[in-house]
Order: sequence, then structure tokens, then C-alpha cells
Amino acid sequence: MGIKNIKEADFRDNETLELFKKSGGNIIISTLDAIIDWGRSNSLWPLTFATSCCAIEMMATGAPRHDFARFGIEVYRASPRQADVIVVAGTITNKMAPVLKRLYDQMADPKYVIAMGACAVSGGPFYYNSYHVIRGVDHVVPVDVYVPGCPPRPESLLYGVMQLQRKVKLETITSPRKTENLK
Amino acid sequence: MDKAALKERILGLVPEAEFQENKQFPMFVIPPDKMHALAVRLKEDTDLSFDYLFCLSGVDMLKYFEVVYHMESTTLQHQLVLKVRTADRENAAVDTVCDIWRTAELHEREVYDLLGVKFNSHPDLRRFFLEENWKGHPLRKDYVDEVNIVEL
Repeated sequence: MGIKNIKEADFRDNETLELFKKSGGNIIISTLDAIIDWGRSNSLWPLTFATSCCAIEMMATGAPRHDFARFGIEVYRASPRQADVIVVAGTITNKMAPVLKRLYDQMADPKYVIAMGACAVSGGPFYYNSYHVIRGVDHVVPVDVYVPGCPPRPESLLYGVMQLQRKVKLETITSPRKTENLK
Repeated sequence: MDKAALKERILGLVPEAEFQENKQFPMFVIPPDKMHALAVRLKEDTDLSFDYLFCLSGVDMLKYFEVVYHMESTTLQHQLVLKVRTADRENAAVDTVCDIWRTAELHEREVYDLLGVKFNSHPDLRRFFLEENWKGHPLRKDYVDEVNIVEL
């Protein structure tokens, strides 16, 4: 079932996410939150980081046919210091894991991780009988959104990005997001 | 040079070589001590001039290891496959050919890393893909990894 077949109501329905957003906050803070979250969620800059075939789908998502710049996940940054989100697209081997961790550590807060594809979610088809693959990137860095598929179609990644944007919109400056809180 | 002429030429250089029938390339098993001298002749002789070693790989044959050399002449457009068998598993060692074809340096490091075949007089025989402190050689048939590998 493609993403076009999902009804708008189903697309929005995630039962838990918006429940976190409590109503009745301070009028100044909640107004500020709305502005900051609007800005943050609509200018998520991904890091140019991909390790295998999911990268092709990620590039296709950025290319004109799918064009995720429409949704504000705008421009690929080659430096982790300028990136907001790291899309882990592909298998992470034991040798690559320290590199990924370092890149993640170098990103400025607030930072987000999307695990794209079966390899990043759980080790994928290389889970069995391999001596060198990390079984899921969440062993290395905290993951916000999991996008399953092998590889996921660009629509799936777009959906994952939009889920991440929903998540970003729930943040508040009274309890800022810190990576220590996630562990 | 066509297949039959190449066979005659190789057997002329190394009479102990064993010809193996193969559809794509002429294939020979060469005694380990003759390999290096033969490789020099293959590259230097003008009617052979194998100037391009396009693949060097290792195979675990349970009782011994095999190192397989795929080579091609870019000027004369002919290809050749040579195999060298080590004497046993424990002290598997073959002479390096990286002084003849420079590309073999990295290929031999890979074979050493994953199979544990040593290459005599290789200038820089270190692990290639795996970390320096890795124990064992994971592409060996008897490699045991109880943590990561599921026995099916």
C-alpha cells in the first residue's frame, strides 16, 4: 500500500504522539514554543551520511521527483556541525560504528536520528551468520524514527521525515531536548 | 594467444603445472615454489605480457588453501587463471607477487585478513578490513563465533 492510499485521518493518527503535548501552558511560553517548533521542524538539515543501497533511495528522495525540500528537510550538509538530522541509510558494521558515533557526537543539539531501512533498524538481511554487523543502529545512537523497508521507497522516507516533524513540533523550551535524557 | 597455444606455452615454462578444464579461462595449478618465477616470465615475456592482475582471491579447501590469480594482457587480449595450493592449513604461506603486480599488495592483505594465508616477503602484511586486534580469520570454514553466528 503506497502512501497515497493512506487517508489523511489515518496519516495523522498516531494515538500517542500528540498526547504528550499538554494543553494549558503559559501563554508566552506556548507561543514561543509554537514559533520555535515551527522553525525547527520546517528546516531540518540532514547530514550527508549513507553507507549502502538505502543511500540511493535517500538521494532519490532528495531529487526533483520526490523532492523532500518541499517539507523543509532542506539541504544536505557535509559537516555534522551544520546538520540537524542524521539519516542512517545502510548497514553499520562494527568498524563503521565508532565513525557514526563520532559524527553524532559532533552534531549540535537538538539533533535527531532516522534509522532508514532494515539494516539500520535491526541489522537487516545481514543479521544471520555475520561476524561484523551491528544489529540495529539503536545500539550506537538514540533513534527517533524507524523507517522499515529494504530499501524503503522515497515515500516511506518522506513519511518518516513527516513523523519526525510531528515529534519536533511537540517540544517545549521549558524542558529542552537533550541527548542525555534520551538514554 | 589462443587457449591451446597458451596451454602449450605454460606447460613449456612449468612442466609440473596441472591443466584444469574450464569454460572461460585456461586454468592451471602451479607448485608453490614455481609460482614467483613463472609470474615474472608471464609479465616480462613479450608474447605473454600479462600486465594486469585483475583478481587475486583465496579459497578454503578444508585440507589446504588455494590462492587464485586471474590475469589479463591488456595488449594481447588474453586471460589466464593460476592456482597455488598451500601445503597445509596451519602454516599456510605463499610467495608474494606484489613486486610484479603492485595491485596484489592489497589483495594479498585481504586474503591474509579473512583466511589467514601468509605471503612471504610481502612488504606490509597487516589486517585489511578488520580491526588490528581481531582474533582469528572469519572466512575460514572452521571459524567459530558463538555470539554472532547462528548455526542453521
